[in-house]
Amino acid sequence: MEAIILQILNGLDKGSAYALIALGLTLIFGTLGVVNFAHGALFMMGAFVAVTMSRVLSLSFETIDDSRRDFLGNPMVIDTPYVEAWFGPEVGGALIDWAVPLAVIAAIPIMALIGVVMERGLIKHFYKRPHADQILVTFGLAIVLQEIIKAFYGANPIPTPAPSSFTGSFDFGQLLGFDPWAIMYPYWRLVYFGFSAVIIAAVFAFLQFTTFGMVVRAGMADRETVGMLGIDIDRRFVIMFAIAAVVAGVAGVMYTPILSPNYHMGMDFLVLSFVVVVVGGMGSLAGAVAAGFLLGILQSFASMSQIIEFLPGINQVIIYLVAVAVLLTRPRGLLGRKGVMED
Amino acid sequence: MLGLNKADLRLFLIVVGMVILAPFILNPFPSSSGLAQFNAGYPDLMQKLVIFGIFAVGYNILFGLTGYLSFGHAAFLGVGSYAGVWTMKLVSMNVIPALIISVIAAGLFSLLIGYVSLRRTGIYFSILTLAFAQMCYSLAYSVLTPITGGETGLTLSLDDPRILGAAQSATGNTPVPNIFGFNMGQSANLVLGNWSFTFNVGYYLSGIVMLVAFYLAVRLFRSPFGLMLRAIKSNQTRMSYTGLNPRPYALAAFVISGMYAGLAGGLMVAMDPLAGAERMLWTASGEIVLMTILGGAGTLIGPILGAGVIAYLESIVSTINDNVLHGWFSGLPGWLDNTLVTIMHPFIGSGWHLTLGLVFMGVVIFLPGGIVQGGKLIAGLFKRKSTDASETTAKPSE
Repeated sequence: MEAIILQILNGLDKGSAYALIALGLTLIFGTLGVVNFAHGALFMMGAFVAVTMSRVLSLSFETIDDSRRDFLGNPMVIDTPYVEAWFGPEVGGALIDWAVPLAVIAAIPIMALIGVVMERGLIKHFYKRPHADQILVTFGLAIVLQEIIKAFYGANPIPTPAPSSFTGSFDFGQLLGFDPWAIMYPYWRLVYFGFSAVIIAAVFAFLQFTTFGMVVRAGMADRETVGMLGIDIDRRFVIMFAIAAVVAGVAGVMYTPILSPNYHMGMDFLVLSFVVVVVGGMGSLAGAVAAGFLLGILQSFASMSQIIEFLPGINQVIIYLVAVAVLLTRPRGLLGRKGVMED
Repeated sequence: MLGLNKADLRLFLIVVGMVILAPFILNPFPSSSGLAQFNAGYPDLMQKLVIFGIFAVGYNILFGLTGYLSFGHAAFLGVGSYAGVWTMKLVSMNVIPALIISVIAAGLFSLLIGYVSLRRTGIYFSILTLAFAQMCYSLAYSVLTPITGGETGLTLSLDDPRILGAAQSATGNTPVPNIFGFNMGQSANLVLGNWSFTFNVGYYLSGIVMLVAFYLAVRLFRSPFGLMLRAIKSNQTRMSYTGLNPRPYALAAFVISGMYAGLAGGLMVAMDPLAGAERMLWTASGEIVLMTILGGAGTLIGPILGAGVIAYLESIVSTINDNVLHGWFSGLPGWLDNTLVTIMHPFIGSGWHLTLGLVFMGVVIFLPGGIVQGGKLIAGLFKRKSTDASETTAKPSE
């Protein structure tokens, strides 16, 4: 029982990341009808916003302290981050410590801008082109983006820690009445799950309860008719693209303490998120979210040592096997509707 | 002749001529000059050019004719490579059985993947093939390490249980791949003044295999079967209304192109008996798509051109470094030299992938028909009106 709960919890954070990326993919796909192979790159760029943020915050100047000596006998060189000098050591230290959550705030405008530039500058010209061309050009863009990041930040993963108040683990075992220490779950993963739940809820609420969202949903269902009613649907779709980019970006920012960002993390997540979208049903937002969590949890169950002993390698392929099974039995995916993106 | 019409025969003979004379064509600069680094006439690169040519010709049968955009073809190349190395380990160092087994293994594997992936069309198909290729890649790296060699890759060892031939050469090394006694690495050199031309056994073997593969592709393009594949691309619904089930045709095209990929993989290990999982990575799949598109998808000669350009650029661009650039710009004032080198630095050497991505985007955006379309456009500029009419009617058939 403890093991099962632990695996469900372990699957939640990965599932959250899949769900957030798949949600953005589905938004773009449902509104603009474009398959965005560069969406994983947006996730990766979000993660590097966090890296940049923590680097910017810990920018420091050197002072020479003559009263102290280092082990060579030279005067000690002390690095003081600018923020500590400006705001005092306590506030400054806290700012550096909280770099990742702060990066979320920075990431929202940055990712929205990147999204708008991407859509207006490139993807706009591909609406009328075949799907194959859309896939290819965004694929090329993904390569370019990740190589740019590689050129600036190098090929090695860059560890970016969570705020120190979240470093411990939460004892779920005690909470649920099991033995203490039976189910330990890192705080940050809990935060990540809560964060993505909030984001997902916000996106759904935005689409469901605002006039803007209503128009967008109408546009997803029948773009031509909405256009004939005199609504500039394109402009709203651009904003949806930006929202999708922001969702992917903040998902990347918050994921950095769980996985040290490297330049190719985007593609690793993208492939799985595509599978998630296909399993959930192309064009179905709820399907994308549900399939994201489902596959995340399945993957974590498949990584249990008892199961790996029995079926070696199952943790690597479980997602693909599920995708194959779903496609063979329910070609439209779990929640896909007839007539949505059938071609 | 050979069952080809006049235009195709001419094209085929041009390709034959290019393959035979490649050691001369690709070595235009004397080895002592500063431009010698642009020479491509050394065996490794020439082998690579024709092998990727085979891969691209095969990929074009699927993508160019049926329009199915597969993002997982590198997996078949990888399977072909592993099958080739295992044949050499277990059967014989002669490359013929290795090539045959590679093709068969890749064919069976693509039958399996194609059967599942072709249940969906369009983007679903692309995503599925991408997912399968990534699955193969991660499996090859982890669980299948006993078969694939994992991170170090699969290579020959000194105690292979080879049925035909010894496990070790007379000097105690691993034996080298050969064809009836001719080693793949064996070369003859022809020195003419400052030029040095290399004629390599492995290259000519790959070249002959490529010519056969190309010939078969031309025949396939012109056959009724090829016409069926074009029908899938232009309108599947209409095709099924005429009472034809498109799926077996698409599957056949998928398997054929998978076998071409396997053949390319087998040739790669025949040249250098080392197979690694990184050949199955998604960038490798993307590269083959790019080669086909750059040359011109759906055209006969396009994929060979595209493969040649990309393989050439890759090996040349990745060898250029800052010092080479400084050498080029040495005539310029110092500040301009440094600025230019700083600007170009991210694109050269290990930054080759960035250049690749930019080329990729540029081709898709500006020249979806590839080099062949570009050539036609330029030819059209010179010929003026007489071609304008035929240009517009010829386009849709591509």
